[in-house]
Amino acid sequence: MASSKIDAARPDEMISVRRLTKHFGPILAVDDVSLAVKRGEVLGFLGPNGAGKSTTMKMITGFLAPSSGTAVVCGADITEDPIAAKRRIGYLPEGAPCYPDMTPPAFLQFVAHIRGFRGAEARERIKTAIARTALESVLAQPIDTLSKGFKRRVGLAQALLHDPPVLILDEPTDGLDPNQKHEVRKLINVLAPEKAIIISTHLLEEVDAVCSRAVVIANGKLVADGTPEELAQRSRHHNAVRIEVAGPSSEVAAALARLPGVASVEPADDDEGDALMVFARDGRSIVAEVADLARAMRWEVAGLRVERGRLDDVFRTVTATAA
Amino acid sequence: MGHIAVIVRRELASYFATPLAYVFILIFLVLAGSLAFFVGNFFDRGQADLQPFFTFHPWLYLVLIPALAMRLWAEERKSGTIELLLTLPISMTEAVVGKFLASWAFSGIALALTMPFWITVNYLGHPDNGVILASYIASFLMAGAFLAIGACLSALTKNQVIAFVVTAAACFVFTVSGSPIVLGFIKGWAPEAVLSTVAGFSFLTHFNAIIRGVIDLRDAVFFLSVIAFFLYANAIIVDLKKAD
Repeated sequence: MASSKIDAARPDEMISVRRLTKHFGPILAVDDVSLAVKRGEVLGFLGPNGAGKSTTMKMITGFLAPSSGTAVVCGADITEDPIAAKRRIGYLPEGAPCYPDMTPPAFLQFVAHIRGFRGAEARERIKTAIARTALESVLAQPIDTLSKGFKRRVGLAQALLHDPPVLILDEPTDGLDPNQKHEVRKLINVLAPEKAIIISTHLLEEVDAVCSRAVVIANGKLVADGTPEELAQRSRHHNAVRIEVAGPSSEVAAALARLPGVASVEPADDDEGDALMVFARDGRSIVAEVADLARAMRWEVAGLRVERGRLDDVFRTVTATAA
Repeated sequence: MGHIAVIVRRELASYFATPLAYVFILIFLVLAGSLAFFVGNFFDRGQADLQPFFTFHPWLYLVLIPALAMRLWAEERKSGTIELLLTLPISMTEAVVGKFLASWAFSGIALALTMPFWITVNYLGHPDNGVILASYIASFLMAGAFLAIGACLSALTKNQVIAFVVTAAACFVFTVSGSPIVLGFIKGWAPEAVLSTVAGFSFLTHFNAIIRGVIDLRDAVFFLSVIAFFLYANAIIVDLKKAD
């Protein structure tokens, strides 16, 4: 491991995906994807099912050979030196497959031995991984008999066992109940500062909860890349104003729509009660205009809030245009 | 090499984690014994040797070995654990060889448990223990060849039943390729060279030569070459089919 060279020009860049492309026969599953992940970053892979998220992850982790392009993990090229690259990666494959007839400790011991840990060190690492993923209560049961949530945590324990600098987690919270989701996200947040992490998800709340950056993949192409905030700015809800007014809403809506900064006014589609959503033209800030108007018209305003934008919107727009 | 040992240990443990291991060993011992006694006339022949015992091994293996081999890759592919295994820092060779060696060691355990036959025959008379040892080695090598074929074919499918049937069929072809049925079928139209090549691939011919006491290193080399060839093919097939 010591012999491997870290990319001197970009020492922080721990995952570097370079023009990754994958054909399955005539189907182009991943189309020229390039991206870099630095230490401390949690990158969210977003995209509809079948968009190429998992295929990209399978190539980065060395399970699938790319048709062209490559991925470099902490200086080790996955196509040239796959074993060195795989040592640096902790990978939770989609569906968290684990050997069903083994108990969690036996399974973790197998992984520890493969990863070169022996004796006391192996025991220590297994203990830490079990504690981190809260598996203590199911140690004697074959993985086969565990609930989906526990299976996923066994998969996660396996990925964390060797304390890798790079974590690649394919839908780490899929199938977990809200408490378990929260635990896993907390764990990712704890690990984040020291590692470069890629997680795939189709839950947008997850991006808000754990990701420092998100990319959207649709039809194998990278269609958006930015912090969750930057992506949210591309939403039509960015800088929209949600206003709750007593009285006839059609008159209020008509008055608001006449403001120069306002693009349109619609009933708010959330379930927090009756309200109007005032959409800004080109995402400019309109809250002052709206507030001034409300004061001038002497409306009884029960609530006024600026929306920061919704990832759902962006997700739908970018994936729809790419399709 | 450390990786191979770790994989062998895991695979062996997983054989014994299910009833498969015990069922296999029990059936193997019962069938090997009853075939030798009732069909092979172990006692009535009045000879102190184990030939009636070994004669039936190819046919026993034909039925039982595919059951050992079918799960090797088909199960990994079906459950998705193949993705886990092949993203661990091991080479394809280590994965293929480790899995094969585990199944081979298992068949070796079953074979070793037939030791009472050897003790019995030594108690009753004075057999040629050299031939018996060679026969054991031949039987073990043949089991290895069947297992290599089975491992290779089990990588082609996610369905263990298909793996079983296809392996049994392939092993049957290899077993009988020296028999009059197959050779008579080819004789009419194929040149002599093809005929002798096909006959040369017969497991039965190579195996029977050894258990009759004709110990020729070439027979051992034959089985080892079959193992090497099919493991090589196994690695290629796993690489091609792993993502399906």
